Amino acid sequence: MASSYFAPAWAVAWRYLHNLYTKPAVLIPGLIFPLFFLAAFAGGLSSIGDAPGFDYYDFTAFQFCFILIQASALAGVFVGFSIAADFEQGMGRRLMLATTHRSAIVVGYAIGAALRLGLVWVIITVVSLLAGMEVHGSGLNIVGIYSLAVLANIAALFFSAGVALRFRSLQAGPLMQMPVFIILFLAPVYVPQKLLSGWIEPAASVNPVTASLNAARSLMAGEPSGVLLAYGVALGLIALMGIWAIRGLRSAETAG
Amino acid sequence: MSGAVATVDFGDRSVLPIQVSAMAARSVTRLIRQPAPIIPSVIFPLFLLAVNAGGLDSAVNLPGFPTDSYITFAIAFTFIQAAIFSTMNAGQGLAQDIENGFFSRLVLTPMRPSALMAGQLAGLVLLGQFQALLYLAVGLAAGAHFEAGIPGYLVLAALVSIISIGFGGIGLIMAIRTGSGEAVQGMFPIMFVLLFFSSMALPRNLIEQDWYRIIATVNPVSYLIEAIRSLFITGWNAEALALGFGVAIVVAILSITIAAGSLKGRMLT
Repeated sequence: MASSYFAPAWAVAWRYLHNLYTKPAVLIPGLIFPLFFLAAFAGGLSSIGDAPGFDYYDFTAFQFCFILIQASALAGVFVGFSIAADFEQGMGRRLMLATTHRSAIVVGYAIGAALRLGLVWVIITVVSLLAGMEVHGSGLNIVGIYSLAVLANIAALFFSAGVALRFRSLQAGPLMQMPVFIILFLAPVYVPQKLLSGWIEPAASVNPVTASLNAARSLMAGEPSGVLLAYGVALGLIALMGIWAIRGLRSAETAG
Repeated sequence: MSGAVATVDFGDRSVLPIQVSAMAARSVTRLIRQPAPIIPSVIFPLFLLAVNAGGLDSAVNLPGFPTDSYITFAIAFTFIQAAIFSTMNAGQGLAQDIENGFFSRLVLTPMRPSALMAGQLAGLVLLGQFQALLYLAVGLAAGAHFEAGIPGYLVLAALVSIISIGFGGIGLIMAIRTGSGEAVQGMFPIMFVLLFFSSMALPRNLIEQDWYRIIATVNPVSYLIEAIRSLFITGWNAEALALGFGVAIVVAILSITIAAGSLKGRMLT
């Protein structure tokens, strides 16, 4: 039973990765963008770390946590692009005809995304360490940070898959990318939450990404706080987005 | 059924203004009738301004920061970001004309390349002026100070126009050389890099990392931002304005010259 479910999932994952690595124009932006943001934020804004009240121990580590979550979420969005492209070219319909358990298609894309994400993580982490990032957290803390990044990836993937399955066209790309981009930047990106001012402060306080970001930064510093809240919020978001994706799948099935 | 046919000699030099105005009217009409592609280029800079103004407000506490209002500092970036986004709009418009065959039909007429380019850029300049007015109004409403006053607004409008033409020319080069809207969109990350590796978020003297400060110093976008910023923070800073106008004019001349050469080549093929 399990093999009849996971065989098509693995096939979809393999196809996704094969397409990705044979098309550099699709692969490279997903690798370059996180590095670019890392350089722009950790390099260009490092003097913000000297601002009064900024009490985090290392600005590169502070930004690394955001870049890790951002890259993971955007990797999930890129999968939505692939799903939309597959449906636009007719491949999506053929996949649905060939699969008994159609949710295995989404799971397959998710497996592919996770493997792709591994490469992105390695690059970001190595570059950050080479740039002098200090890690104060224990091994377990670090696992906690990357686990939060995985959850951000899954939530964004389910969200973009839901959009892609409803519109089945790459023209829906901005609808997948912009909400994720906006919600990421409405978190405390540049400074700790307590230093935010104006309208962004209440926006950040109700933003689910804020919980993940604060928890990741506390884990990186070796002083975990708000971790359970972050996991709870992230899992809740995944449950909601999972329903959104499954309903999108049903919409695609109905459309034939 | 009969109808009057306008008999205009398009080879005549005196018809150049007619050609330019016809193409400009088309460009502006397209802009008004199809606002969807330009809405992100208007809204997104405002969103980033709002996020940066809230998120980086504590930067004003850094010793040597030139103003006590981060939005006054950051708003200059909004004008340049919008102008650079318009690169994509200009290129996208022409690439669309090439892809759907309109350009080929245009080549069969005595339309001059200069008229075609001027027409394409006219819509951009109009959009640039609309954005400048909108961003200034939003900035002032949000608490930014504009030290240069009304004469400063005229200088701002002139600089934004030159910048729009310069970056619009880059978009035209991409469109003419590739003939593909997708390829023009592919330029977006490069433009984004130019924006972010500049003095957009902090003054260059407050950038701690040497490598970043060097890139920001050689990046012409820094001087465009600093010229506009000077109008907001200090009022009239001759050096910043001279550098800003100088860079904008050089970019405009280079991009238009290269675009004109590329256009002639494409019209001959």
